[in-house]
Amino acid sequence: MTREKASTGDTAVPARTARPSWWRMLARDRAAAVGAVVLTVVALVALFGRLFIGDRAQRQDLAASLRPPSLGDGVYGLLGTDVLGRSMVARLIEASATTLSVAVPAVLSSLVIGSALGLWAGYHRGRRESVTLRIADVILSFPSLLIAVVVLYVFSPSALNLVLILAVTRIPVYLRTARAEAAELRSRLFVDAARTFGTAGRMIIYRHILPIALPTLLTVATLDFCFVMLTESSLSFLGIGIQPPDVSWGLMVAQGRQYLQTAWWITVLPGLAIVLTTVSATVLAAWARLATDPAQRWRLTLPKKRRTASAPVPPEMIP
Amino acid sequence: MIPFLRKRILSSAVPLVCVVLGVFFLARMTGNPVDLYLPLSATSEQRAEFSAAQGFDLSIPAQLWNYLADAVQFDFGTSLRTGQSAASMAIEAFPVTLQLAGVTMLLAITGALVVGSLAAYRPNSLIDRIASLLSMTAASIPDFWFAIMGVLVFGVSLGLLPTSGTIGGPEIWILPIATLLIRPFGVLVQVVRGSMVTALSAPYVKVARSKGATPRRVIFGHALRNAVTPVLTVAGDLAVGLVNGAVIVETIFGWPGIGKLMIDSILQRDFAVLQAAVLLTAVTIFALNILVDVCHALTDPRVRQAVPA
Amino acid sequence: MTTTSPSAPGTDTPALAVEGLCVDLTTPSGTVRAVDGVSFSVRRGRTLALLGESGCGKSMTALSVVGLLDPAASVTGGAVRVRGDDTLRMSPAQRRKLAGPVLSIVFQDALTALNPVQPVGRQIGEPFRIHRGLSRRQALEEAIELMTRVGIPEPRQRARSYPHQFSGGMRQRLLIAMAVALAPDVLIADEPTTALDVTVQAQIMRLLRDLQDERDMAVVLITHDLAVVAQRADDVVVMYAGTVVENGPVHDVFDAPRHPYTRGLLDSVPEDSVRGRPLPAVPGSPPELSAVPSGCVFQARCPMVRERCVQERPSLRTTGDGRTAACHFSEELARV
Repeated sequence: MTREKASTGDTAVPARTARPSWWRMLARDRAAAVGAVVLTVVALVALFGRLFIGDRAQRQDLAASLRPPSLGDGVYGLLGTDVLGRSMVARLIEASATTLSVAVPAVLSSLVIGSALGLWAGYHRGRRESVTLRIADVILSFPSLLIAVVVLYVFSPSALNLVLILAVTRIPVYLRTARAEAAELRSRLFVDAARTFGTAGRMIIYRHILPIALPTLLTVATLDFCFVMLTESSLSFLGIGIQPPDVSWGLMVAQGRQYLQTAWWITVLPGLAIVLTTVSATVLAAWARLATDPAQRWRLTLPKKRRTASAPVPPEMIP
Repeated sequence: MIPFLRKRILSSAVPLVCVVLGVFFLARMTGNPVDLYLPLSATSEQRAEFSAAQGFDLSIPAQLWNYLADAVQFDFGTSLRTGQSAASMAIEAFPVTLQLAGVTMLLAITGALVVGSLAAYRPNSLIDRIASLLSMTAASIPDFWFAIMGVLVFGVSLGLLPTSGTIGGPEIWILPIATLLIRPFGVLVQVVRGSMVTALSAPYVKVARSKGATPRRVIFGHALRNAVTPVLTVAGDLAVGLVNGAVIVETIFGWPGIGKLMIDSILQRDFAVLQAAVLLTAVTIFALNILVDVCHALTDPRVRQAVPA
Repeated sequence: MTTTSPSAPGTDTPALAVEGLCVDLTTPSGTVRAVDGVSFSVRRGRTLALLGESGCGKSMTALSVVGLLDPAASVTGGAVRVRGDDTLRMSPAQRRKLAGPVLSIVFQDALTALNPVQPVGRQIGEPFRIHRGLSRRQALEEAIELMTRVGIPEPRQRARSYPHQFSGGMRQRLLIAMAVALAPDVLIADEPTTALDVTVQAQIMRLLRDLQDERDMAVVLITHDLAVVAQRADDVVVMYAGTVVENGPVHDVFDAPRHPYTRGLLDSVPEDSVRGRPLPAVPGSPPELSAVPSGCVFQARCPMVRERCVQERPSLRTTGDGRTAACHFSEELARV
């Protein structure tokens, strides 16, 4: 039901329920706003952090080994040091860049390829659709880690291979979503109208179907960002992802494990960084799902208290 | 029922065949599969000898034939590490993982049915909010970190639970199961809640109430069985996904299951064992999908008849 | 049940009496009144039609009578008297005792109203298990008998089938069988034939009538179909925007409507109009429930609207023998 609504929304929103501005809706939902801020900060740190830390993430100082977090050792001693005396702050910053440099390209490429294939399959139906869907099912029916494990064994684990595997295993998610949207939209009147004018299939998909399916796909991508990040961390933790001397949050957790009894901060902090980022993305995705659904959007314009108190009756249900 | 199952078995077999072929071709894509089996330090004579013994010098179709014949007999050669048969190592490790996964799914499904139904019956209540908070956490927490935090708090700091190992009383199960449980439980609660809300607002529930049925009769006699179909599908997917968690949990807690076997054989470059472990997992997933289909057919009469395309 | 009620429902006590029923609906834009002071009553053996456009509150009235309103809606006033007792003041357990043996309802869409994963025999037998404590086997026997009565061929075999294995008309028969299982005093039929083919519609209406005669039930027929009302009902209640605008015996009301809305509805029936002229219709559409005017609810579409209609809401006034209408100028209408 929500899908139907979601797809009609952008074409036929009555003036009465004109869409409130995205920023206003984001500002109203405090949790989502915080999530957006956190993600922005993480992205900025990942992009520009390296300019400031120099080689501190790798520079060893055995004299400063396993120092606990303290306020007395300057910015780079704030979160303590690891067993080789390397600054945790610097390593966390460096790791954020690695983690995002795997997660972001993986999510983007699976989003683009999966959506393109899905829209194409859903628009043309028939054999193209069933073959594409079948391939997606096959990929999805196996645990992502299992696929990753085999492929990373055969080819060596590297950031590029990680991106490739993660992208391939996540393509089906977008493919299914995009296909469902396109299959539903192609029967709509405005698509028929475009076809009557002789518009090419490719152009119809690009001009008429993509803009409507995009919000849903982006929501899925936000949520999937968590999944990809967690998988990368798990693989790195298991020793088949990012390899030293590179560093990622998952790898840092693994490296700190043996010092768990004496230096908790080495494992706890990178884990917290992962949780902070993924929770932010989850909250933001939950918000986006509401915000991109015209049938639900009105909830976000209500004050917080009313939102939960009011009975769950969407406006179109009122007789 | 029988035509339905035949159809489902055939379509579930497609992924299985894909994995069997995928492993074969991946191994050949690297150039020389010998590299996968032998340690990097092996001499060129050793390589040539091994290659001849394994038939890697034959043509690709001939190799494929041999491989398939071996795979059907579940013969993947011997482990380079232990000299044992790779297949028997995988089969020995299997029950440990199956136990972990079985207990986890049992707890996850029963827990989710109870909590999810309560949340659906009273939307926006305390239990509903706790349930959605739980689900959000389940989607965001890295399970390896969750496990290590458990070890840190209950093992290292409080000394209540063992930090790893499989020897001891029931307490050794707590942390591994808890780690495995977070994801399937968090997801299932939301699925149960959603499908229960749908079922409870369905017209047939109104009809049941118009017949004077008590709330208990409405929930258990009418709504639950309708709500259970989507739950089954998701539970099947989650059970498959438990392999991911099992790899992590077995590695952290040192349980000698199939997940640990996989990681160990990767880190020690023992391709024969990895192959056996992966294919055994694939067969299990195949069997699990069939089981889910049977359950579907049992709970929903419409599935039994309609043969899906 | 503290109210003193006549122990044996006499002929004068209506089987169902709704008095000043009000239902509020919680919506995103605030609370709106979906049903506003609706009253009517019906005796055993008689049929009362609730007539109106979709969204006029007739279904919501029916649902409040049987106590099946959605959580977003709540009854805020009035009484629903069954055999003289107000069901709105009863506990859920007391109401459940009435649901089936006394009050029963047939829904519109028989496909979704039947539980898709239960054999139909079990669903039809369920009232016997709930209210008479019959065993599964006994209930099934009763169900088979009912299926025979409503015209399901080979009922013994079909009792084991599932709803999706029946045609639309058959499903509606099953639903009716379930509703009349315990011979209720009052049967509410909420657009029972809307989803069906015309030929099947006639069969279902005939079945309902036969069952009504057999079991001496009071029937409340909810419909927007004037022909059905004319053929089937004894009395009619015309609803508009949550209020009753006219009620009375069907013949009198249809012969000489005393409310411009009823008049408009009757005029828009094709057979009464002159060939070659455009079909008259009631112009405009009903008001949004959040914007019902303070004066007469029908003022925006009324052909004879005046100053007084904007300022003052007309109350229901007697306009003839057993008839009322809510119009300031109903006498004027009688003269036209």
